[in-house]
Amino acid sequence: MNQHGAQEEVRLDDLYQEVILDHNRRPRNFRTIDGGRQAEGFNPLCGDRLTVYLRVQDGVIADVSFQGSGCAISKASASMMTESIKGKTIAEAEALFGRFQRMITAPPGGPSEQLGKLTALSGVRQFPIRVKCASLPWHTLKAAIENPDETVSTE
Amino acid sequence: MSSVAPAPGTSLDVNAIRADFPILQRRVHGRPLVYLDNAATTQKPRAVIDRLVRYYEEENANIHRGVHTLSVEATDAYDAARDRVRRFLNAADAREIVFVRGATEAINLVARSFGGSQIGPGDEIVLSEMEHHSNIVPWQMICEEKGAALRVVPITDSGEFRLDVYEQLLNARTRIVAVTHVSNALGSVTPVGEIVRLARDRGIPVLIDGAQAVAHMRVDVQALGCDFYVFSGHKVFGPTGIGVLYGRLPLLEAMRPYQGGGDMIRSVTFDRTLYNEVPYRFEAGTQHIAGVVGLATAIDYLADLGLDRVAAHEHELLAYGTEALTTIPGLRLTGTAAQKAGILSFVMDDVHPHDIGTILDREGVAIRAGHHCCQPLMARLGVPATARASFALYNTHVEIDALVGALRKVREVFA
Repeated sequence: MNQHGAQEEVRLDDLYQEVILDHNRRPRNFRTIDGGRQAEGFNPLCGDRLTVYLRVQDGVIADVSFQGSGCAISKASASMMTESIKGKTIAEAEALFGRFQRMITAPPGGPSEQLGKLTALSGVRQFPIRVKCASLPWHTLKAAIENPDETVSTE
Repeated sequence: MSSVAPAPGTSLDVNAIRADFPILQRRVHGRPLVYLDNAATTQKPRAVIDRLVRYYEEENANIHRGVHTLSVEATDAYDAARDRVRRFLNAADAREIVFVRGATEAINLVARSFGGSQIGPGDEIVLSEMEHHSNIVPWQMICEEKGAALRVVPITDSGEFRLDVYEQLLNARTRIVAVTHVSNALGSVTPVGEIVRLARDRGIPVLIDGAQAVAHMRVDVQALGCDFYVFSGHKVFGPTGIGVLYGRLPLLEAMRPYQGGGDMIRSVTFDRTLYNEVPYRFEAGTQHIAGVVGLATAIDYLADLGLDRVAAHEHELLAYGTEALTTIPGLRLTGTAAQKAGILSFVMDDVHPHDIGTILDREGVAIRAGHHCCQPLMARLGVPATARASFALYNTHVEIDALVGALRKVREVFA
């Protein structure tokens, strides 16, 4: 019928894995941090908007949190991001962002990065329109590190 | 085409109509396509697709300047299309029909051309809280330039235009009223007759954004009494990139050109240019000729089916869909005006519209999820976004049942 017909079947469960739904229902570190750095992220396409808060001590992310509203993917991604970078150095967090970005943009079907718990988000590869949802919290984190108080946009 | 139209007074033969739209045969993710995103754009009947092909295969030439046969034929087709649009809107004169790229460009044209000369410091432009960005931003731009201000008519919680507040907002500084005929995000049909009457009693011109109206109800610009009416071809089964500005002749004739270039001139020297007459004055450069003839074919198709029957069919779908959606736990309709077109905008507890959209897509159901280019309206409703199913003449009960089934799937995933 069309050129998409032969494509491997894309399963909804690959996107909405139980761990993602859990983080969406009960986001971790869903709070503000006073006196640290922060940045706002915005996806004008769907209206997702979140703020990432950061407290850095001696180059180490001592605390990180987020607030905002968004779809299950952006919320879960933000929640999982906070868990994965707490206690890491800025350089380690930025390297992880790079690997995460490669994981969620790798061609579907091919090999992808294995990033522990974050691997649950690799399913977005098969839903190109949702990649921005998963990456928004990370772009916002980067802004909080580099240009605090700025708003980043996915567009 | 007339073969698909049943005798007047009977209901639409939707199965025959569906066969006219090739894309409706498509499957998406292994399921039959259920296309419920008609407020974004409508699908195209075979007649329109064939007309575009025929134009390029047999008639393609530039218009209004060639002496050769093809140019004459293309010009005839172009001019005939203008008169087809005139009859569609029941305008008094074909010169009142200006071809543009779409409703957005039509509003920009009026804001620039009419607003540019008629709006000054301290003046006011009245629009409503449920306008599409394309009926906000062009006015905002002219306001910034001229030192004028927007005055915004609020809506009720159910999405109805507040006529009482509107009347209070009209004053001696009001230079134009620009309101939608049908809200793209909520489906509310605004009381355009009253809106126009109250403005014209005070000598204030009115622009109506008909982008969401013309494919779904009969529009008569003379009966409405509006000064400008705009719509996009692609939302009325025609090609993208073509749209219409209707303007009352005296107003258009008093307006400066919008863009300069070929076809909009009578004579050019380096000292001065004499502008062409209306409507050519507003059609600079080579126009989207194929789009124009395709639009005329789309209008023929719709008119043959009968807009009253189309409206009746869609109202029936709206009633059925409204009832069906109330069976989904945790679903809330946004926009429950008494007068509505076939649009169901909704939110679900604990599920973001974007997730609804993705899950529905896997079931072959195409809807829109987002702010619908109505961020001020979303702010008024207190939601970041909604999910929106919007109907057209080819939609069926079976498709609404598929929507409901897919929404139950959403509930399962997010249980």
